Amino acid sequence: MPESGPNLVIVKLRVNGENHFVTIPPSKTLLATLRENLFLTGAKPGCFNGDCGACTIIIDQVAMKSCLMLAVEAQGKEIITIEGLKDSPLQQAFIEEFAFQCGYCTPGFIMNGHALLLNEHNPSREKIKEWLESNICRCTSYEEIEAAVLKAIVHKKE
Amino acid sequence: MAFEYIFASTIEQATKKYAEVEGQNRYPAYYAGGTEIITLRRIDQLNVDVSIDVKQIAACNIHQVDKEYFVIGSCITLTDIEELNYFPLLTDVCKEIADRTARNKITIGGNICGNIFYREAVLPFLLTDSVLVLASENGIRTEYIHDVFEEQLLLENGELLVQAFIDKKYLSKEYIAIKVRQQWETGYPLITIAGLKFDGQIRVAISGLCPFPFRSLELENLINNKTLRREERIAEVINHLPSPILNDVEGSDEYRLFVLSDLLEKVLDRLEGI
Repeated sequence: MPESGPNLVIVKLRVNGENHFVTIPPSKTLLATLRENLFLTGAKPGCFNGDCGACTIIIDQVAMKSCLMLAVEAQGKEIITIEGLKDSPLQQAFIEEFAFQCGYCTPGFIMNGHALLLNEHNPSREKIKEWLESNICRCTSYEEIEAAVLKAIVHKKE
Repeated sequence: MAFEYIFASTIEQATKKYAEVEGQNRYPAYYAGGTEIITLRRIDQLNVDVSIDVKQIAACNIHQVDKEYFVIGSCITLTDIEELNYFPLLTDVCKEIADRTARNKITIGGNICGNIFYREAVLPFLLTDSVLVLASENGIRTEYIHDVFEEQLLLENGELLVQAFIDKKYLSKEYIAIKVRQQWETGYPLITIAGLKFDGQIRVAISGLCPFPFRSLELENLINNKTLRREERIAEVINHLPSPILNDVEGSDEYRLFVLSDLLEKVLDRLEGI
């Protein structure tokens, strides 16, 4: 990893299919880097502690909490943020099922749900519940969110 | 000095770098999942200024069952443990730690060596008399877990947990694993208990009762003492617990003992008479 200064490193990140070079302190989280260096503000800061899931993104097809990852760890990996999803079935299902109120947690839920759909062909309700427990919605739209995920699964099967 | 992040691809590189930066009066830590390092540094509860990334070390990524042993590297994530499910007891304990997305990042080595005292993932390793492979600048040593785990893993300075070996004979034994929380289905435990039946005897290990996980042969002798009635055995266990019993926001000491009695009933229900 080339050093650009005593406290900074240059990191190459591949986000939503595009390459970026950022100059950051190595202690900077991926969440902060996405938001402050790449201006991708879809991943939301919430607890900064891995509890709320608002910052969830997908790395190499796996859901990750970007507050629990340093940007230097993400080099060479395929990162997808909510900005990288365009009219996905799950986004459409969230709209149709009114699966949000304030919307702050929505990107995290959608990214986690999208990862579930990428990895599981026909997830059981138990599996869906297990995955969605990683995210918190303070408006308590849980029923609608589960309905949206179920709808996207049906859509995927069709 | 400013925080530094270093990638190591061999055990030798990692342990040498650890010794080198420590010699510069800095505070290194081996880094795999990194979840605890990130979150505790953020609130100034962990003084680490050099992270040595060990995720690329092949020996730390082994995850297989060979002729005699189940071998697991310290960098295997809790999700990988659940998905490959070589050892169902380990799977059942690990899948209750944190939440699914966090488990994609948390490693088995990180949970066992972490500062957060629950260290629930160690329970199956305690129950199966596992062997740990530890590496330092001075070389590699293998130790029975009971010789190097006393409330926490007693690593020497600069030592890295590389792998654990569990004898295959334990993988298919009857077991039980229960995690009781104050509420909800995600979060820290009130108590986690794991039990395993081996050679006709019940083995038990517990996290969340005391500020450290433990397995006690003295308690196991009491649990297996069939000259006493079941409720007498449970009462004896309660009277011989290590101290202190946790009394915190998750639950009072009195409530924890009440919950433990119930859990011991469940362990006996499940494993006695098999």
